[in-house]
Amino acid sequence: MGSLQETLKETWHFYRKTLTVVSQGSKGYYLWCFFLFVIFLVGLNFYLKQHDLGLIATHMTDQVSWGLYIANFTYLVGMAAAAVLLVIPAYIYSFKPIKEIVVLGELFAASSIVMAILFVMVDLGRLDRVWHMIPFIGSMNFPQSLLAWDVIVLNGYFILNLFVPVYLLVKFYYRKEPNWKFILPFILISIPWAVGIHTVTAFLYNGLAARPFWNASILAPRFLASAFCSGPAIIIIIFQIIRKVSVIKLEDKALFKIAELIAYGMFLNLFLLTAEIYKEYYSDTVHIAPFKYLLEGLHGHNQLVPWIWAAMTMNVTAFILFLVPATRKRLLTLNIGCILIIIGVWIEKGPGFVIPGFVPDPLGEIYVYVPNLLELMVSFGIWAVGLLIFTLLMKVAIPIVNGEFSHVGYMERTFRREEEAKAWKQSSFRKF
Amino acid sequence: MQNKINKRYTRREFLRNLSLTTFAGISLPLLSSCSKEEAEDFLQKRFVEMTDEEKKSVIAKLEKRYLRTFGKKFDISTQEALPNTLWGYGLELSRCIGCRRCVYACVQENNNSREKPQLHWIRVLRLKRGSLINLENSEHYYHPDLVPEKGFIYLPVQCQHCENPPCVKVCPVHATWKEPDGLVVVDYNWCIGCRYCIAACPYKGRVFNWAEPNIPPEELNTSVHYFGNRPRMKCAVDKCTFCIQRIRNGRYPACVEACPTGTRKFGNLLDPDSEIRYIIDRKRVFRLKEDLNTEPKFYYFFEA
Repeated sequence: MGSLQETLKETWHFYRKTLTVVSQGSKGYYLWCFFLFVIFLVGLNFYLKQHDLGLIATHMTDQVSWGLYIANFTYLVGMAAAAVLLVIPAYIYSFKPIKEIVVLGELFAASSIVMAILFVMVDLGRLDRVWHMIPFIGSMNFPQSLLAWDVIVLNGYFILNLFVPVYLLVKFYYRKEPNWKFILPFILISIPWAVGIHTVTAFLYNGLAARPFWNASILAPRFLASAFCSGPAIIIIIFQIIRKVSVIKLEDKALFKIAELIAYGMFLNLFLLTAEIYKEYYSDTVHIAPFKYLLEGLHGHNQLVPWIWAAMTMNVTAFILFLVPATRKRLLTLNIGCILIIIGVWIEKGPGFVIPGFVPDPLGEIYVYVPNLLELMVSFGIWAVGLLIFTLLMKVAIPIVNGEFSHVGYMERTFRREEEAKAWKQSSFRKF
Repeated sequence: MQNKINKRYTRREFLRNLSLTTFAGISLPLLSSCSKEEAEDFLQKRFVEMTDEEKKSVIAKLEKRYLRTFGKKFDISTQEALPNTLWGYGLELSRCIGCRRCVYACVQENNNSREKPQLHWIRVLRLKRGSLINLENSEHYYHPDLVPEKGFIYLPVQCQHCENPPCVKVCPVHATWKEPDGLVVVDYNWCIGCRYCIAACPYKGRVFNWAEPNIPPEELNTSVHYFGNRPRMKCAVDKCTFCIQRIRNGRYPACVEACPTGTRKFGNLLDPDSEIRYIIDRKRVFRLKEDLNTEPKFYYFFEA
């Protein structure tokens, strides 16, 4: 029993210490967190307005019934998937701090999933009825509805990506070697699961015969290829930030290798896109309409055209930057490439993927959807929440991983306190 | 030293207790502000899974609420499908003049939201003569002084009540299904508003209550069905039910009655003597987007 009490005491100490770690930082850290928190509050405020008025507060209509929210959702599922897929090359090429890459990648995936789920939540008309989707309690249409599949795989992935890093971090905290036989299967299963979440999300659109733009079997492979560009691109940037603000050493070599892999991913992405465009333009059936809306404008409506061509330019530029060793192996050009990819892929598979699915609609109507201020602010709010969660997770995880924040500190402190108490007792004895 | 530590602990404990009390203090009024009726609404089950008792109490509650909000006595039917019926619809394209009386009769009959936005379950497309299938050439918002216009034909589209409905397949919560008489209906109180069904429907048969529906109380139709035209709520999906409240009581859908040219026909597909069977047997019928294998029960036809 004594040991249980001791464990509880230490757990309590751990939580308190976590709060201290989280609440202490440099000026930049405070500013960053404050900045994110303010954006979150603004977004929340706009969301409450939407909740009050209904989705009429957005620019979505019966014609374009999904908009910016679902576009962000699609992109973030890809982010979450790719962060974990990075574990494979990390193992194959034995990148130096492998455990850091696993922990950071999985925590990033967990944060992305939080954002993805929040984007679905704000898109739901009836948030109060979300429990209808919970298996056994509500009435989940499994296995018929792909949305039911998505709920299951996304939540499973979220739990998996919290469980693995938390297990590892607790072990590191206690300065114990993780039981690899126990945890490795979970790490390994998270890899096909990552492929799974993105495939299911692609199938969610893919299965709709009513929407020829999405009803193409190339969709799931394209999703994976583009995710393998945007996910690692953001990880390269995060690694550099972590390297700067902590003592964790990450080799440049690992970053350059990731960039090389991104180049292959981008090649595949562009190739699959070309295959799709060729098929639509050469056969030139009525199903070409959404492609025309996206790429050249349809009946004078060309809202998406500048965006998609900007995205294409960014993707191709980044592809070349990452293909040429000289530019890949310079941090400046590497970072430019990463930013180009993050934005380029966001346009391509966010709005550039969701909106043309609805234009023209099944009865041939063209509705010009441009998100309004509320949708933008709610979206920024969710991004801020996700980045804030990730920042706080990192704030705790990094000192644990590099050994600054551990069980030893607690032991030392307890020991010191006991010694002090003893000394105090003795001194008070001496008094009387 | 020890004293100092002790002091710090008490302050922390004080802060902890303070925050816990504040949290409890905030959540209590939030919880209690939720009335019994709201709690009941929140926990309401899927209608088809309720016992007869539960159904009765839900209907009574709803009738009371409608009386309170609209000042009108509603009669909410829960009548089930008639045996040996499979409803089918016929629409004679050569007769339609594009007057859209059906559209507005439907809005009236089905208590659709009137303003900002007005919800239409029927859409009439205007097509240039010479093309029918490529709907990209259609005009949804034509405003002539007189119909029919020279050089155009009209194609009304509404829910096709597919035998193989994609909308039902994709709904994540079983909020929509096909009734034994073939009608595709929605449990408005179970729909979570994800709009996946809208994305899946090839006929734009579904519309969404983007805002709280608004109807002038004097224009309300008080003869309603639970799965049909009862006044609905914001952010749930909505659709044509072939006027379930009428057809299960031996009446024609409102659009059939409203049509001034006799374009619209309706009947039981399982009855060999019905009008719809007569049409299928003797006219040239076709269904929209047959290539999608949705098997609509909505038959377009031409004279002879």
